[in-house]
Amino acid sequence: MNRIQQLFADKQEDILNIYFTAGYPNLEDTEPTILALAEAGVDLIEVGMPYSDPLADGPTIQESGTAAIRNGMTLDKLFDQIASARQHTEIPLVMMGYFNQVMQYGEERFFRKVKEVGVDGLILPDLPVYEFEQFYRDQIESLGLSVSFLITPQTSEERIRQIDKLSKGFIYMVSNSSITGAKKEITQAQLDYFNRINAMQLDNPRLIGFGISSHETFRTACKYANGAIIGSAFIKALRDGKDVHTATIEFVGKIRKSEVGSRK
Amino acid sequence: MIGIDEKGYYGEFGGAYIPEMLHPNVEELRKAYVGIWEDEAFQKEFRELLRDYVGRPTPLYYASRLSAKYNANIYLKREDLCHTGAHKVNNTIGQILLAKRLNKKYIIAETGAGQHGVATATVCALMGMPCIVYMGEIDIERQAPNVARMRMLGAEVRPAKSGSRTLKDATNEAIRHWINHPQDTHYIIGSVVGPHPYPDMVARFQSVISEEMMWQLQEKTGKPDPDIAIACVGGGSNAAGTYYHYLNKEHVRLIAVEAAGHGVNSGESAATSVLGTRGIIHGSRTLLMQTPDGQIVEPYSISAGLDYPGIGPMHAHLIASGRAEAVSVTDDEAMQWTYYLSRMEGIIPALETSHAFAALDHIEYKPGDVIVINLSGRGDKDLNTFITHYDKYND
Repeated sequence: MNRIQQLFADKQEDILNIYFTAGYPNLEDTEPTILALAEAGVDLIEVGMPYSDPLADGPTIQESGTAAIRNGMTLDKLFDQIASARQHTEIPLVMMGYFNQVMQYGEERFFRKVKEVGVDGLILPDLPVYEFEQFYRDQIESLGLSVSFLITPQTSEERIRQIDKLSKGFIYMVSNSSITGAKKEITQAQLDYFNRINAMQLDNPRLIGFGISSHETFRTACKYANGAIIGSAFIKALRDGKDVHTATIEFVGKIRKSEVGSRK
Repeated sequence: MIGIDEKGYYGEFGGAYIPEMLHPNVEELRKAYVGIWEDEAFQKEFRELLRDYVGRPTPLYYASRLSAKYNANIYLKREDLCHTGAHKVNNTIGQILLAKRLNKKYIIAETGAGQHGVATATVCALMGMPCIVYMGEIDIERQAPNVARMRMLGAEVRPAKSGSRTLKDATNEAIRHWINHPQDTHYIIGSVVGPHPYPDMVARFQSVISEEMMWQLQEKTGKPDPDIAIACVGGGSNAAGTYYHYLNKEHVRLIAVEAAGHGVNSGESAATSVLGTRGIIHGSRTLLMQTPDGQIVEPYSISAGLDYPGIGPMHAHLIASGRAEAVSVTDDEAMQWTYYLSRMEGIIPALETSHAFAALDHIEYKPGDVIVINLSGRGDKDLNTFITHYDKYND
């Protein structure tokens, strides 16, 4: 069992997963951000690999990625930073990036390195299910890594079942048909979609992402799934905050507010 | 056999590397496009519009002065005479008819130099459909006349402000728009790039070029096949149309002409087949220009239609397998050929097209060989560049 699987074995509710872009706002902020998030009590951290052409992301994440690349961020640098952070925390870590970065690093070499530095899972939004199954599933599973696939309101039931079968950690439920950071409120149509997925009784836990930005939207998401993923709103907080540590503790505090009984 | 397999691969290149949010749109297209293409009513409407609206067939012109000079039989496929001034409209006519059959209400497109944007805005006006064209903020400044044309035709031109603010970012923005509007919008991609089925679909719409070449050559030379077919390649749509019916005729040499910019190794180039490595761009596994860390690089060419960091997966396969020969042509050579062709044949070519002609100075051929060059577009849009550089190339 990796750390993600262990997390969901211990806790099924109110999971808070925070995404941030590695090397942003400053090159050396990756490790302090991971440690501050762990200290603030989030359950899971998604470390974004900055990319020049992030198709599934909105302006906030793209701009943070562009800045990180300008700061000098590379995959090798990122692996070093994560390995160093891993010395100090056992929080589950997921790396999120685009498949071109993986190909260029060398797929097998990338997967092995991910495991070696203490990462537990991957989210590669543009790696198709077909290619994953054909070429990469065996390698990734033999390393004990969890891959999370995305589902959307338009994903067919048959495809959701297939994705549930292939997932070994959690399913990333895209809240809406959109890029990241796009919507603010949760609509009735989205609630219907959340209910529909709940009724399917999938094997994997589900986290809702895209458009989760506040205590209120986080609470709503937690009612309909095992938890939620926040990205763009946290990046804005880092951008506008005084320093990584203060901004992180404040942000997570605002999202959680006075949750009773959600902390282990 | 060179062709696409059922998963959308040409050899190792192609596929559909797209986020799940795009899957329903792309899957809908994948399931529908062959049926629509093969439908008789579609073909009738497509062919009628190509004839009566675009002005097809375009002539195959024997360039006698050029032929004498180069000791070959050089024919020019006059795509520059298409309505809107380039081959791009063959594809936009096909895609708008397809969009109507899929009951789409809105059209989006990306554009670099503005030719595909104009061709899309044109067919949207023709069909009375709203049209949004994404264009890099930098390209909007560089290509003002085409921006004006699109607005005349009723399209909204939206600046792409992310990344390098050129064609690749306009394409990213168009894809993001499509993610946000999955139900009622069709995305008209302008080249043989993007996730499957786009490369194959666009190639089919452009295949009318080589289809006409075959009977025109038969009439003029007694044989349907040339010895050599030459086309410039950015994403590669005019080249795909030029090669299409010859892909599996090994005796026809296929020449793909890329923009070398200031020189292949100058650091300012768009010669993807030389400088590119395997990777993914805009949903397709192909050759692209990138850093060792997998960040996509902004290419350079004086021609805004050729400075794309990738290349269509069909061309990646043709070049990697040796079926097509890649030639790199610099800004300088292309500019010289623009002035040269204007005076030799009375035709002012688009800057992209000038690159194709310059291949004549690079390739080997036998005296008397039948060579077809796709004259993919006319030079009106580039007049400013030609006038600015006039003294440098005409002493």
